[in-house]
Formats: sequence, C-alpha cells, structure tokens
Amino acid sequence: MGLMKDYNTKIMTNEALQSLISSWIPELEFTEEKSQFLNITVQPEQLHQLMTQLKSNSETNFNYLFCLSGVDWGTALGVVYHLESTTHRHQLVVKVKTEDRDNPTFDTVCDIWYTAEFHEREVFDFFGIIFTNHPNLQRLFLTEDWDGFPLRKDYVDEINMIIK
Amino acid sequence: MDTTTIKNNFKSEEYQINMGPQHPATHGVLRLLLTIDGEIIKRVEPDLGYIHRSIEKMCERDSYQQIVHLTDRMDYLSSHINNEAVCLTVENALQLEIPERVKVIRTILDELTRIASHTLWWGVMGMDVGALTTYFYGFRDRELINDIFEETCGARLTMNYNIPGGLMFDIHPNFVKRTKEFIAHFKTKLPEYDLLLTGNVIFQKRMKGIGILSKEDAISFGASGPVGRASGYSCDVRKHHPYSAFDKVNFNEVLKTEGDTFARYQVRILEMWESLSIIEQLIDNIPEGDFFAKTNTVIKLPEGEYYERVETARGELGVYIISTGTKNPYRMKFRSPGFSNLSLLNHIAVGGKIGDLVATMATLDLVIPDIDR
Amino acid sequence: MKITEIIHDWLFSLMPETTASIVEMALIAVIYLAIFAVAGLYLVLLERRVAAWFQLRLGPNRVGYQGLLQTMADALKLVSKELTGTIKADKFLYNLAPYFVIVCALMAISIFPFTQEFQAFDINIGIFFLIAISSIGVIGILLAGWSSNNKFALIGAMRSGVQTISYELSVGLSLLTMVLITGSLQLSEIVEVQKHGWLIVQGHIPAMIAFCIYMIAGTAETNRAPFDLVEAESELGAGFHTEYSGMKFAYFFLAEFINMFIIASIATTIFFGAYLSPFGITESIPLLGVFWFLAKTLVLIFLMMWFRWTFPRLRIDQLLVLEWKYLLPLNLMNLILMALMVLLGLTIQF
Repeated sequence: MGLMKDYNTKIMTNEALQSLISSWIPELEFTEEKSQFLNITVQPEQLHQLMTQLKSNSETNFNYLFCLSGVDWGTALGVVYHLESTTHRHQLVVKVKTEDRDNPTFDTVCDIWYTAEFHEREVFDFFGIIFTNHPNLQRLFLTEDWDGFPLRKDYVDEINMIIK
Repeated sequence: MDTTTIKNNFKSEEYQINMGPQHPATHGVLRLLLTIDGEIIKRVEPDLGYIHRSIEKMCERDSYQQIVHLTDRMDYLSSHINNEAVCLTVENALQLEIPERVKVIRTILDELTRIASHTLWWGVMGMDVGALTTYFYGFRDRELINDIFEETCGARLTMNYNIPGGLMFDIHPNFVKRTKEFIAHFKTKLPEYDLLLTGNVIFQKRMKGIGILSKEDAISFGASGPVGRASGYSCDVRKHHPYSAFDKVNFNEVLKTEGDTFARYQVRILEMWESLSIIEQLIDNIPEGDFFAKTNTVIKLPEGEYYERVETARGELGVYIISTGTKNPYRMKFRSPGFSNLSLLNHIAVGGKIGDLVATMATLDLVIPDIDR
Repeated sequence: MKITEIIHDWLFSLMPETTASIVEMALIAVIYLAIFAVAGLYLVLLERRVAAWFQLRLGPNRVGYQGLLQTMADALKLVSKELTGTIKADKFLYNLAPYFVIVCALMAISIFPFTQEFQAFDINIGIFFLIAISSIGVIGILLAGWSSNNKFALIGAMRSGVQTISYELSVGLSLLTMVLITGSLQLSEIVEVQKHGWLIVQGHIPAMIAFCIYMIAGTAETNRAPFDLVEAESELGAGFHTEYSGMKFAYFFLAEFINMFIIASIATTIFFGAYLSPFGITESIPLLGVFWFLAKTLVLIFLMMWFRWTFPRLRIDQLLVLEWKYLLPLNLMNLILMALMVLLGLTIQF
C-alpha cells in the first residue's frame, strides 16, 4: 500500500500561524529564536482555551500532541507542549509557566488529546505540577509514599544522587 | 457473547487480578491491575516504574557522548535507532556536515535492527497465543543479525556504535558480504512465518476483530509506529520527516485500515519485507569517505531547544534537548513510543476477554524499559 | 503366550482359592502400575525430543544413552522437593485430588487388549466403561482447583471442567458410531470383528469422519494444545495445579501423559485394529501383537504432539462453540449416516 495522501494538506508558514493565533488571544508571546519551531508562551488562565482552539480550528487542526514535557526553569516551573497537525503537517510549541513553586497548577488538556493523561501524570510525578480536572492524578513511576519531586533542580537526595 | 441475561438474575462480582510484574506475557516488568467480571475485562490499570532508572535526570549531569550510552538501555531492541536519535539531535544543533557514508551505514543498521526487533516480536507473539515453536524460528533469524552486529560493532544488544559526529569505527570488511547473505537467507524464511502462523485458522480467529482502534483515537492517543499504521494513520517518521538516507530510498509505508490485532500483526510482517528492500537498495552502494565528522572532545550545544524524531521499531521516538550552552543538557526529554502506546491499552481492552488482552498486548509490542526510562 | 496360564495354575496350586485370587489381582495391579510408570516416564522424554525436533534443537540427550534416564532424574528431583501447601487450603481434598486422576487413568489402562492373551479386564461393556471412567477424572481437576484456595487455580479448574464435560460428548458419540459396525461393546470382540479389515477401512467415509472428530475431541479431553487454555502459561499462572509441588505435581503431570496414551490406545483399538497386523502378515506370532499395538499408538501420540507444537491455542468461548455448534451436530449426522450404511450393507469387508 502506498503512502496515503491526506487530503487538505495546506501547511501554514510560521507567520501565517502567528497572525491567525494572535487574532484569537492577544496576550500571547511569539518567538522563533533558539528553536526550530514557532514558540508560543501563554498564561495559565488561557491555556485550555488556546489548546481547544488550536485543535478545533480547521485551518490549524493540531490534532497530534507528540510531546508533553515538564521543565524546571530555575525560578519557574513550566510545561512544554509540542503539537503537530497530521493533515496540514505544520508544527508548533506552546509553553506555559508559573512562578508558584509550592502549588503549581495548570489546566489539563487530556480532554482534548487522550495521550495527555499519562504524560501529565508523569509531569506530576517528577515536578509536582497539579493539573485540574485530571481524571486520575497520581504518581506514575514512583511509589505512592515518595517524598519530593526528583526532576526539580532543587531536589536533594544524598544517598542516590551522584553529583560530579 | 455477553452474559447480560444471566446477570439480570444474579449479581456477579467484579474482582481484581494482578498480572505481573513477573509474567510471561507482559514482556518485561509491567504490572497490570485487571478488574474483571468473569472473563470480561472491565478496566486495565498499568502500574509502571519497576525499571525506572531516572535516565532523564542522569542526562542532566552527563556529557553528550555518555548520554548515547544511556539510550541503548531504553528500548534495547532498537538500540542503534535510539543512539541515532540523540546523535542526530546533537549534530543538527551543532550544524555538523555528516558524510554520506555515515548516513547510508546508519540507515542499513537501522533497518537491520528493525528486522531483528520484528523477528523477536513475532517469536514472542506466537508464544503468547500458544504456538510455542515460533519463538525458536524467530530467534534463529535474529541470531544471524546479532552475529553481523557483533562483528562490526562489538556487541549484540546494546550496540553504542553511533556517536555524535558519525560512527565509532568503520564497518568490518565482511559486513557487506554477510548482510547480503542474510538478506538472501531471510527472503526464504519470511514466507515460512506466514505458513506457520499467519494463515492458521485458529490464529486468525483469535486476532481478527479484537482490540479495534479507530484512526481518530490513534491520533488522539499519540499512537505511532505499526500500532498507528494499522488503523490507517500515516505516521511514519521516515516519510514525513526524513533523516539519514531515508529520503534517497524507495519504500512503501505499510498501512491497513481495520485497526484490529490482525492488522497490527500484518503491518509488522510487511514492514519486514520493506526493510529488506531498503537494505537491498543501499548495501551495494555504500559511498566511500570518512566515517566520522570532527567534533570537539567536549561537546557544548549552543543555547536553545532542539527536537529530533526517529522511527524505531515501536514507533516515533522523540529527543528534546534544552541547552544553556554548557557541556550538559539543561533538560533532556525522551518521548518514547511505548508510553503512548501503553496508554491506549485500557481503551481497547475493555469489554474483551483475558485471552484477547494477551493477544492485544503482544501486538502493541511494548518494551517496558522504553516506557519507564 | 501361555505364561499367564502357567502363573495362574501355579498360584492356585500353592494356596487356597481366595488367597490365590487376591495374590493374582495384586500381581496384576503391580504389573499395571509398572506399565503406567514406565509409559509415563518415557512419554515425557518422547515429548521433549519431539518438541526439540520441531524447534530445531536437540532436546535432552545427555543423561543416559540418548537421554533415556532423563525422566528418572526429573522424578528423583521432584520426590526430593519440599511439599508446600497453602495454609487455608482444604487439607483432605487437596491431598485427595491427584489420586482421583491417577486412579482413573490406571483403571482405563486395565482394559486394553495389548495382545490376544494380555488383557487384564475384559468386561462386556468395555467402551462404556472407558467413557465412564474418563468422566470421573474431571472430579480430580475440580477438587484440585477448589481446594487450593487460589483465584487462578479456581478459574483454571472451572475452565477445565467445562471443557472436559463438553468434549466427552463428542468422544462418546464418535466411539458409538464405530460400535454400530461391531455390534458389541466388548473390546476383545471389537478386535475379532476387525480381523475382516480394520474398522476405519470397513466404515470408510463415516469412520474417517468419526476418527477426525475423535482425535479433536480426544485432544481437548486431555487438555492438550490447541485446547490447553487450562495450563496456558501466558495467561494465568499454571492453571489448576498452581499450588501443587513435588510428587503431587508429578501425579498431575504424569496423568496428563497417560491420558494421552489412553486416548491414542482407544483410537488404536477401535479404528486401527489393536494388535492385528496389517493384512495379517504376522498372525502366526501372537507375541508380536504388542509391537503392533504400541507402534500404532505411538503414531497417534506423535500426531497429538505435532498438534501441540504447531497450533496456537483457542480461547475458551471459541472452544465451546467448536464443540456445541460444530462437532456435536456433525457427530449426530455421522451417526445416522453410519447406521444407514450398516443397514444397507455398504461396509467394506475382507
């Protein structure tokens, strides 16, 4: 079977994406520096709305969330979403950050992309970021009674960590 | 089919059963909590972390050459491809010019790894379903590939032959000859696989119509590799984001539309044929040249974020590096294919029977170290 | 073979009648236990070598000449194992269960005609007795699963019970189809009738259908692949004998092989003429009958092993559908066909 051509392949350039998306929500920051994709930084309150629109809008149609990573930026905690459209083949990066290290909270996107369910559990496990409305937010890899969030930069474990 | 009429008369109780972590069918240390009602599965809850080695944390203090060693152990059945993923990310970040010879050899090794992984998968698939002889036939062919790897790379499982910049040493003089012999041998053996298992009525009845995954669900769950392709979702990274020498070879992306277990099985068997064809196109025309592009001993990536994707035997592996200009990455994230493939197990196994769960898990082809990292 | 008569007369001349009968019965029991043990041991070895041959490897060939002492070594190991048992298991039933299975297997061996003189128990309801005895074996399996107090063992035992009682119907009906030609249930008379040609030849088409159904149902009766869902290693532990170790596990294990031997022996007796040589070539040497019986049985055992190592296994609902929707109606129609054939005299006789 040969390569099945997906209909509707209208790949949008980064400029076109930027102008379309900024028309929905004005307070977004766009940058293409130091990255191969277009990066959008969004405020936590508008995260869910932006994500829903990115998926449902037929010109963007970002239906494939191919990477969800938690990052500890030093002072802030954040999540990085890598999105792709399987029909139009354009890609995008959405970043969201919060300075609140004691109780970082974002909205879940697992009602938009099912794959986020496990990825968000992993981010909760390693960074302690809480996702509201998540169906089953528990630790995934570590045991239930583990203390602390290992992938944070200020995590200390004298026995197991070898610092060079 | 279902016992709803009997259920109306007396209450049946659901009970929880543990499958694993030591279990012949879970292909590694995976614990599944099954909530079953008689023979019907109500919920599957995976419990991960038995082989979590915090590779991502270790990467934050290791140099890039050391990180390549760690990736061998993630999805150990596609170790060449894992190594290549990290090497490609580093090389693209440094904007290195990789010699053609390196690209072609990397592609050949990738496809050999894919065949080795799929033959092991086929052997174990038969064993899970009850045909105990397939294991030996699959391993017989895999051993030949392991011998080729051992001669060239020095190891059979965790090869560690790709390094940022190229290959660790040049290929052995016998490599081309032995690979051609292997291709000729395997072409006579692959139809045997079909004779033994694919055409068997019992096998087909156990696989057709089980564990159906629709295309929209496949995209939403992030399924990739043969799991996605069996549902009609065209997700081959070698086609959409080509790397190494994949843009120079002619091959088909194998797609099926039914999305059931049998479709996933067929996709992998056909992929083996495609891999053979790719190797055949390249093996006679390996360009001469260097096997290595010069890099510094201490590799420092410029500040920024880098993402590369490759197609392992299981699906799409993504490597995401955030670098602040030092010799260690600031954050390294591996987007593993098995992790997304596992998340759809609950969705497709509910409502089926335990025997179906075993068959479905076998076709998802999970390698748990890949999921747990 | 006048040996049996010589021993019989000698015993009766030595002691009073009742004691002599008891001693004779005990002697026969011991001989059959020995046959049971030896057959079990060597069938296990045969299975391992045949499996190895299918799987492109060698199999046990070190212990003794060509591995002949391998099972002896395994039995010694099993005897020396610690007898574990769960605390909450029902002690009496837990210990009783293996014996049910063994005793049924022994009783079934006792009525086979290995050769003209060599038949321990020649009753006039031979086939009926065989079918009845194999039904009792199910009790042993259900007891083992229940008394182990283990979820997996219970599921395994239930599945096995359902499977066995379903396939008994097919076994019984296909044997009944052949009885229509012989007109008697007694095994020695069935062999007499086959002096005019083996029953599978006499009955041609319905007999061959009956044979195929019998082999499928017989493999299912003994819980062998492709019907070995009960012991499916890749599904739920080890089935109903999860909690057994040591000698008791050995009993279940041996009983499975002896059951395979029994199924093959029944097929040999009913379909292929027991100890009769093809075209009567060695009729003058009655002792060679044992050789012919064993040869035919071994061919059928090889066939059953071939099934095991080639086919994947069926799911429980597919297994039951096969029996109730396909084999049973086919069997009934075959029975009518055979009855018509016998009535119209269309059987082939030599």
